[in-house]
Amino acid sequence: MREVAEEILRIENLHVSVEGTAILKGVNLTIHRGEIHVIMGRNGAGKSTLANVVMGHPAYVITEGSIFYKGQPLEELAVFERARAGMFLSFQYPAVIPGVQVGTFLKKSVTSVRDEAPKGRAFRKELTAAMEQLSMDKSFLSRYVNDGFSGGEKKRLEILQMLLLKPHLALLDETDSGLDIDALRIVAKGINEVAVDSACLIITHYQRLLDLVKPDYVHAMINGAIVQTGGPELALKLEDRGYDWLDVTA
Amino acid sequence: MTDEAQDVIGDYRYGFHDPENSTIRFDQGLSEQVVRDISELKNEPQWMTDIRVKAYRHFVERVMPEWGNCDLLNMIDFESITYFLRSSNKTEKSWDDVPDDIKNTFNRLGIPEAEQKWLGGVTAQYESEAVYHSIREDLEEQGVIFLDMDSGLKQFPEIIKKYFGTVIPYSDNKFSALNTAVWSGGSFLYIPKGISVEMPVQAYFRINAKNMGQFERTLIIADEGSSVHYVEGCTAPSYSTDSLHSAVVELIAMEGAKIRYSTVQNWSSNVYNLVTKRAVAHKNATIEWVDGNIGSKLTMKYPSVLLKGEGAHAEVISVAYAGEGQHQDTGAKVHHLASNTTSNIISKSISKKGGRSSYRGLLQVTPKSSGCRSKIVCDALILDENSRSDTYPTMEIGNSTADLEHEASVSKVSSDQLFYLMSRGFTEDAAMGLIVNGFFEPFTRELPMEYALELNKLLELEMEGSIG
Repeated sequence: MREVAEEILRIENLHVSVEGTAILKGVNLTIHRGEIHVIMGRNGAGKSTLANVVMGHPAYVITEGSIFYKGQPLEELAVFERARAGMFLSFQYPAVIPGVQVGTFLKKSVTSVRDEAPKGRAFRKELTAAMEQLSMDKSFLSRYVNDGFSGGEKKRLEILQMLLLKPHLALLDETDSGLDIDALRIVAKGINEVAVDSACLIITHYQRLLDLVKPDYVHAMINGAIVQTGGPELALKLEDRGYDWLDVTA
Repeated sequence: MTDEAQDVIGDYRYGFHDPENSTIRFDQGLSEQVVRDISELKNEPQWMTDIRVKAYRHFVERVMPEWGNCDLLNMIDFESITYFLRSSNKTEKSWDDVPDDIKNTFNRLGIPEAEQKWLGGVTAQYESEAVYHSIREDLEEQGVIFLDMDSGLKQFPEIIKKYFGTVIPYSDNKFSALNTAVWSGGSFLYIPKGISVEMPVQAYFRINAKNMGQFERTLIIADEGSSVHYVEGCTAPSYSTDSLHSAVVELIAMEGAKIRYSTVQNWSSNVYNLVTKRAVAHKNATIEWVDGNIGSKLTMKYPSVLLKGEGAHAEVISVAYAGEGQHQDTGAKVHHLASNTTSNIISKSISKKGGRSSYRGLLQVTPKSSGCRSKIVCDALILDENSRSDTYPTMEIGNSTADLEHEASVSKVSSDQLFYLMSRGFTEDAAMGLIVNGFFEPFTRELPMEYALELNKLLELEMEGSIG
């Protein structure tokens, strides 16, 4: 049983284009605190575009419709303000920042988002605990951000940031891609921890993450729009039957 | 402070200036008489006067370099420069005895504080001469000599006579001739055999007056098996007229010795910084130039190493930041003159807001030098469309056994990097600052921590308002 929780994200009739090409064509979606939503779809359906446009990527242009975060229109907020307001995107392809150590980056990021420098000892404790949970060795902290990281290491660093930043809205863009089953378990544990008190939007191709993270809603996206919404059973059905049965244009 | 000065200063933190309270100030302009007057004022031995005069005549005859930034070089008005300015009659051993204005300036620059915390000795030069000098007693007891160059000449004339100008003769280039003619101040450092100086020693060069010419002369000799880390910092007030800083730095590392020379040059953007730095490394000796160029109007500086003895090693790590109206023409020169010598050159540059950075490098391996190895890495980061970066590498390889690597890259900050950092709460400026600090990291990690932190802060400030 769940009471009606606070609305975190509301997307209304969202149309988005990139370099003049329409990618999203009328997306509607509302997510409340404590809910886990999953978006599945083929490559090119617009899933990553949705995550990036919510976070404010400058390459994506909203041509119609609106996005609201906690009732506030997002267009008023710069990317860093979205982060400071509690939004988080786990990147499909996190950028490499040469010469910047992970430890420095995490501390500065946490400082920016929380708007105060975390206390040295308390922060170290928090960091150590989160890293242990994700089975990350301390040596990660002195490596450069995503520089020479394997796919799995990059995803773990994304989840580590999510655990530290404690977002109210977590957008996870194919965080499960390229992970072996052990890494997937570790990442799922992190997502479940954050999901208790946040709104989660998970973008994935695969059902297997959903054995470990229980979604409240599963949405099928085709050609820039959500065409079907259901519970966990929809994910199984999509895995089994593909998307053709939903695709009116096929 | 006048409005005009304020306009020029902009974001430059060290652009303030003191009132000019000189005890001796030469009229602007240069002549043989000025050269002789400087020597006489300092009561120098005749041989030094003679070198100065020869150097002056060479300077007059020598044409301006026809490379680098000729337009800016030819704008230097040698007649409007003040060639000697004494602001305190004595080089004091206690900060309490330094005139208040000057003492306050060095306080603002954090020198006395750094000295107490982590330095083995300090020379603070203000205009033409050192106003403060000290060395830790334990170093003095070990026989380490650390003096300003004028005192060095007075107290150890034989050593100076033996080595002065041997690494960089006055005829090397127009500006080494100028420096030799009018030099004043700088450091003389001698480390006896087998002594390792653990704490760095520092020299700080401050220009205060308008149209000032600062011509310090530094000579460092590390005797067999010794080692030392010398750190140099420089700043100046911002004026709308130009100043000239033209130093000559000679390093000699005897067999098995090691000298590390670190510079963070942060001159205001009205200073011409035309410096000749060269080192000789004897058998199995190591020379490390760690050279940071953040400020100035035009910097032309190529720290060099002559690898004279077998097994000697050179390390040159340099960074240059060229902002609005700045040209950093920097690089490194390494001459492999003996077998089995090795060198490693890392050069990093950033250009922003129309700034220009150039890497100019020379790598030479002589025919008789076999088994030499060298690696050169040049990376340039360009922050906007108006800025510029060039590379002028020269290689003269006379021996086929040489093992050489050369990597060069030019990159831009990607929008994906900025978006990634901004999605983690960084403002656009802060994101740019972090990326720039990361780019310079191979340099900053070689600096003492206090300097590294200061440099990072400086670069973050430079990135403010960089996007627009």
